[in-house]
Amino acid sequence: MSAGKTVVIDYQTGNLNSACKSLRAVGADLLVTQRPEDLKNAARIVLPGVGHFASTERLTTSGIGDALRERVAEGVPFLGICVGLQWLFAGSAEASDTPGLGIFPEVCERFPGGIKSPHVGWNSLEPVGESRLLAGLPDSPYVYFTHSYRAPRINATTTVTNYGGAFSAVIEKDNWMAVQFHPEKSGAVGLKILENFLKVTPC
Amino acid sequence: MLTRRIIACLDVSAGRVVKGVQFVDLIDAGDPAALAMRHAAGGADEIVFLDITATHEKRALLLDAVRRAADRIFVPLTVGGGIRSLDDAMLVFDAGADKVSINSAALSRPELISEIGSRFGEQAVVVAIDGRRNSGSPESAQVYASGGRKATGLNVIEWAKQAEGRGAGEILLTSMDSDGTRNGFDCELTAAVSAVVQIPVIASGGAGNVGHFAEVFTRGRADAALAASIFHFGISDARSLKEELAAFGLPMRLPC
Repeated sequence: MSAGKTVVIDYQTGNLNSACKSLRAVGADLLVTQRPEDLKNAARIVLPGVGHFASTERLTTSGIGDALRERVAEGVPFLGICVGLQWLFAGSAEASDTPGLGIFPEVCERFPGGIKSPHVGWNSLEPVGESRLLAGLPDSPYVYFTHSYRAPRINATTTVTNYGGAFSAVIEKDNWMAVQFHPEKSGAVGLKILENFLKVTPC
Repeated sequence: MLTRRIIACLDVSAGRVVKGVQFVDLIDAGDPAALAMRHAAGGADEIVFLDITATHEKRALLLDAVRRAADRIFVPLTVGGGIRSLDDAMLVFDAGADKVSINSAALSRPELISEIGSRFGEQAVVVAIDGRRNSGSPESAQVYASGGRKATGLNVIEWAKQAEGRGAGEILLTSMDSDGTRNGFDCELTAAVSAVVQIPVIASGGAGNVGHFAEVFTRGRADAALAASIFHFGISDARSLKEELAAFGLPMRLPC
């Protein structure tokens, strides 16, 4: 594997193809893999995701989780999408037997009653902190969501979306970055966010 | 705020668009991928391909169109029509669809909903329901299969609830009473379904003017509306429709 590649982790989620297409559209050179050893030379790492939290089980059992933790600590920028954001937490009420990576100690919960769930469609992003991912975008841009569980607002939350209260739409802490929505399905706004990720300088 | 969605629908037969919006300046106005791109650029929030091909042999043409569209559009793409099994669904997802819409096959084998949902996620399964109530109450509406040709004896409200229980991510509700009339959506039926399910309801059938969309989003409690022929009544694209709806006070994805 050559250096400089953006590694996309394949754990058989439904949006793998579309995530790859959109990343390629903004110029990423991709390596799609299921193997933890392929993270070794990654310049950037993307974890797509959609569907059930239990699907993240294989990230832990395959050793991807440990490899990822190491690489990101060494300065490789990471982007998690949808379930890929939720997995950074301790876990989710959706699959209480499946631990998350635990970068953040909180737990993802279901949307409260009284509103339609899943939250499907285009909703706006409201900044609550400095965001590298949203740089250059207009105020309150719309992006496409589809999810039944959401992460609480935490210190690392840079952007919230309001639906049954505010939840974390974008999280950015050092080289850990994640979005609850689907940039690969969010039109020009989504492509800009992916482009921004490809330009992030490691810290 | 979560916006109401305007979904552009293209009827595709043997890989060609047979109904729907015509763009005069398109070199190939029958190419689904080219039209999908145009709709996405024109502000549509999602695109639906509905395959009305009668024969299985022509399926490859649809998949090719899905593949070409998925390479170039970055809004959700749903493909429906002729999906009878998990294998059929897999081919469509492999080609790049984000969701599949299933109708008759779900009626004859409701387990298909959960089979697709557990493999690709519930968000990827749209259950399409064709309902007719003649002059009866919304609660009396009956479900039709096979493109509206076959009465099933099932009640629309009950079937919608069952589809949700089996893991449908969204309901696409077509009113056969309204379809083609241009007299407006069946707001009563849409509201009745929307009230009993937690999942989003997409309204279809009967749009004749912008006011009809406003009505189905308010009185009809629809989360999204399918626009197959909006351009036939003087609207240039989804963006113009959404701008007019925003003026009614409806939350829309704008600019788009």
